[in-house]
Amino acid sequence: MGKSLSILTKNFNNINVDTVDDYLAAGGYEGLKKVLSLTPGEVIEVIKDSGLRGRGGAAFPTGKKWEQAAKVKEDSYILCNADEGEPGTFKDRYFLEYDPYRIIEGMTIAAYAVGGREGYLYVREEYGRQKEIVLKAIEAAKAAGFLGDNILGTDLSFDIKVISGAGAFICGETTALIQSIEGGSGRPKIKFQRTAVSGLFGRPTLANNVESYCVVPALFTKDAQAYLSQGTEKSRGTKVISLCGNVEKPGVYEVPFGITLREIIYDLGGGIKDGRDFKFAQIGGASGPIIPKSMLDIPYTYEDFGKEGYSLGTGAILVADDTNSVAEFMVTVQEFFVHESCGKCTPCREGNRQLLKLAHKIADRKATVEDFLTVKRIANVMNKCSFCGLGTAAPTAMVTAIQHFYDMYN
Amino acid sequence: MKTCTLSINNKKVTVEAGTTILEAAKSAGYYIPTLCNHPDQAIKANCRICVVEDKTSGKFVASCSTMVYEGADIHTNTKEVRELQTGILELILANHPNDCLNCIRNESCELRKLCERFHVRNYNLAHETDIYPIDNTSGVLVRDRNKCIKCLRCVEACQEAQMVGVLSPSYRSVNTNISAGFGENYDETLCTFCGQCSAVCPVGAIYEYDETEKVWEALHDPKKHVIVQTAPAVRVGLGEEFGMPRGSKVTGKMVSALKMLGFDKVFDTDFAADLTIMEEGYELLSRIKNGGTLPMITSCSPGWINYAEGFYPELLDHLSTCKSPQQMFGAVAKTYYAKKAGIDPADIFTVSVMPCTAKKFECKRPEMNASGYRDVDVALTTRELARLIKNAGIDFTNLEDEDFDSIMGASTGAAVIFGATGGVMEAALRTVYEVVTGKTLENIEFDEVRGLDGIKEATIDLDGTPVKVAVAHGLANAYKVMEMIKNGQAKDYTFIEIMSCTGGCAGGGGQPVGANKSIKERRIDTIYNIDKEMPIRKSHENPEIKLLYDEFLGEPNGHLSHELLHTHYHQRVKR
Ligand SMILES: Cc1cc2nc3c(=O)[nH]c(=O)nc-3n(C[C@H](O)[C@H](O)[C@H](O)COP(=O)(O)O)c2cc1C
Ligand code: SF4
Ligand code: SF4
Ligand code: SF4
Ligand code: SF4
Ligand code: FES
Repeated sequence: MGKSLSILTKNFNNINVDTVDDYLAAGGYEGLKKVLSLTPGEVIEVIKDSGLRGRGGAAFPTGKKWEQAAKVKEDSYILCNADEGEPGTFKDRYFLEYDPYRIIEGMTIAAYAVGGREGYLYVREEYGRQKEIVLKAIEAAKAAGFLGDNILGTDLSFDIKVISGAGAFICGETTALIQSIEGGSGRPKIKFQRTAVSGLFGRPTLANNVESYCVVPALFTKDAQAYLSQGTEKSRGTKVISLCGNVEKPGVYEVPFGITLREIIYDLGGGIKDGRDFKFAQIGGASGPIIPKSMLDIPYTYEDFGKEGYSLGTGAILVADDTNSVAEFMVTVQEFFVHESCGKCTPCREGNRQLLKLAHKIADRKATVEDFLTVKRIANVMNKCSFCGLGTAAPTAMVTAIQHFYDMYN
Repeated sequence: MKTCTLSINNKKVTVEAGTTILEAAKSAGYYIPTLCNHPDQAIKANCRICVVEDKTSGKFVASCSTMVYEGADIHTNTKEVRELQTGILELILANHPNDCLNCIRNESCELRKLCERFHVRNYNLAHETDIYPIDNTSGVLVRDRNKCIKCLRCVEACQEAQMVGVLSPSYRSVNTNISAGFGENYDETLCTFCGQCSAVCPVGAIYEYDETEKVWEALHDPKKHVIVQTAPAVRVGLGEEFGMPRGSKVTGKMVSALKMLGFDKVFDTDFAADLTIMEEGYELLSRIKNGGTLPMITSCSPGWINYAEGFYPELLDHLSTCKSPQQMFGAVAKTYYAKKAGIDPADIFTVSVMPCTAKKFECKRPEMNASGYRDVDVALTTRELARLIKNAGIDFTNLEDEDFDSIMGASTGAAVIFGATGGVMEAALRTVYEVVTGKTLENIEFDEVRGLDGIKEATIDLDGTPVKVAVAHGLANAYKVMEMIKNGQAKDYTFIEIMSCTGGCAGGGGQPVGANKSIKERRIDTIYNIDKEMPIRKSHENPEIKLLYDEFLGEPNGHLSHELLHTHYHQRVKR
């Protein structure tokens, strides 16, 4: 398996995104046309059958989410999460930059399937250029009748507003993102109803990741077969990953589920830079586990990672060669979380502060056995009690690093 | 009622659907620890100490913010739950000064109590406390952010119940803290000094500016004639500080204690409340007769006055010019009483005991010197009086009852109900009706204006003229009323009572901490019971008030009254 697939990513670097023409020539909007000939219920069935799970990190079944949103009688806001704040993750940026119409098409299909007239695309603050591209694409799509009133001559009317992110990692979490759009503080908020029932401005809302929306059009075209034939039974299709760190060829790759990390790093990524040795990889961003050499052959699937207690996260893979120190890396990760914790809840606000101190102690080779046990204890409190996903996942790197590199002092 | 049956620590309980696990556990006999939770407030779910295990879902959840469901198998005190709860507590302590011995909230601190419960004796986390300057420049409230546990109860009180919006969480992560305005001190903002933030804070991070030492100093000064007045709501709150049931009536014990503390005279703000009714009632009648600004709004709640001066400067003409009872008392004490008792007012030191922090602000206003002296020298809160009594080693709960001194100690049922929302209105109606109609009011209890509804209304028939009145409490409700006035939607109201705090003074910001709506209701019930037992229940029938007008003031709303008992308002601006 020497090269990456190009089903979802087939347009990357291949089309001119200034107008919708190239996108159309490459088969764009065939999906929407097909969708408009189906009932919303049939559309959702297709999504469910595809086994698609949210690509934003939590891997929630997309079909189920759409079904919940469709059940709500009122219109839903169609929210696209392009905040992409997880370190080492940049695959959504590629979609924004190289295939913006695919995102628009995916969101439009969602509007048809669950019932919606207004979309919001929340773009990471740093993606200023990509935001301009998307804004232009929205105008072009509107001019060509793919957005606005009576899309393609049907009753479907849908438009998309683009919002600039507030610059914090936490704003990618759905409830914080919603608060941020509403002009609030961008902190997660307690909710007693599903976002599908009460989300943005207290109204029904469907929120998905960029890549999740980008899978959708493919499911309704001839690409469907190519896409669905990839992967495993429980992890169907392909995943767009961002590979970075000490590899020869960092970048965005579309891989079939089931590929191993070794194949990703050595076949796609061209191996470790400058011929050095692999030391560890972090999977799924700063919130993800640290994986040692001995685990390089685990298949990249939800189920195989799940067995280890890990998730795939956003699809980021950060590779570190043998010049890196695991302990120093823990410090970097913990600094990130101390910086990014919103401060709302005790376990995350105070837990990360403690973990950073312990990470320093470990890096300074001053840690005792008791300190390692304390890491475990605090990590458990954070993981089980934090208010949102940031705090529950924040200790993952440290815990897995200690688990796999318990002999790091030797 | 839709119900839900679940199991808590293997015990079946049936509760109303939509109940939180926290409440359901309480009904099963288990207290789950809480910090950010407050029964009168929205669920915040940020401290996380209320974590429990849901064995059905295999998850650990925050019980304050998770609703029960049919068949749930909840465990509140398994080994792991206790470890998690202790872990959270330790994380809080690692960022806390742990300064209980010196802490004003030592006895009433929810965090300290949890430490007791969880036997936190030693822990191995790195201790790193915040270092913020203490905000004590207002002379009313003190904020010690270093003790703040970021529960956001104060923010909720200030933004939701009061809608003043002075307090807000600022910065992120370990730098999260509560700022007043943009990190300024209270006195640089439009804070109303209602003190509700201090009343809901679970720890010693916001508290009253303690002035007990000033009072001790005066009491120990042989040259000073030290007199004290006690507000209506203090007598139904003070007992709580000594472990008595919430809302206990302790009027007599309070008087005894004050005498034992060495006050030369123990007087009653209730006397001044009756005086307020005379002044305010006649002011209302004069406004009605002479086409003055209506609706007229009461002015005895200084938190409310601060709010109006800060946020509705264009509507200040609606406020009654009457000073609050506290200030009327002070002005009369250093003139009329001084003369009658033959004491040089320069030697009189007036202390007031109030359920209120804003009263501290009020008595320090430069214009409150109608007597030629500081009319009220020190305003203590209920909490500070308790501190004085404890300090003196007085066995409060076993004290015999004693009576207030004369000549500013007699009062009526109309005065005591000033302590409850709607009370000033009811007291005023009792007097205004009789003055206007010349008839005896048969049913003197106005149920329409009682109770905890945010805004209450009533229409009273004054000899054929229907008079529409309204009562609001809590500044969020004051906001609604003021917006109505601003938009011309309140033209048919004649008289409006506004109190800064929910429940009125019974729920004041200077009352014993830890109150909630049901506790406030208990205090209010006691207030109405005291009214019922009073031989005189109408202000204009108070014999000492009659004497005051005969001997000194002349007539209500007259010339001398205006000099001593009335004031004027100014726009407040941020410093
Ligand atoms: C701290 C934090 C940051 C997140 N950031 C993102 C993000 O940048 N983009 C994203 O799509 N989802 C992000 N998520 C996940 C979202 O909350 C949500 O699960 C997701 O957007 C749902 O879309 P999906 O089902 O298509 O994955 C984040 C979650 C957390 C807890
Ligand atoms: S876990 Fe808590 S402190 Fe951390 S980001 Fe989420 S809500 Fe904020
Ligand atoms: S706030 Fe509570 S725990 Fe903190 S020092 Fe004061 S009494 Fe002790
Ligand atoms: S005293 Fe009242 S207005 Fe001032 S900060 Fe506290 S709650 Fe807000
Ligand atoms: S000041 Fe008190 S009430 Fe406010 S957040 Fe801090 S601990 Fe909570
Ligand atoms: S009491 Fe439940 S989270 Fe604070």
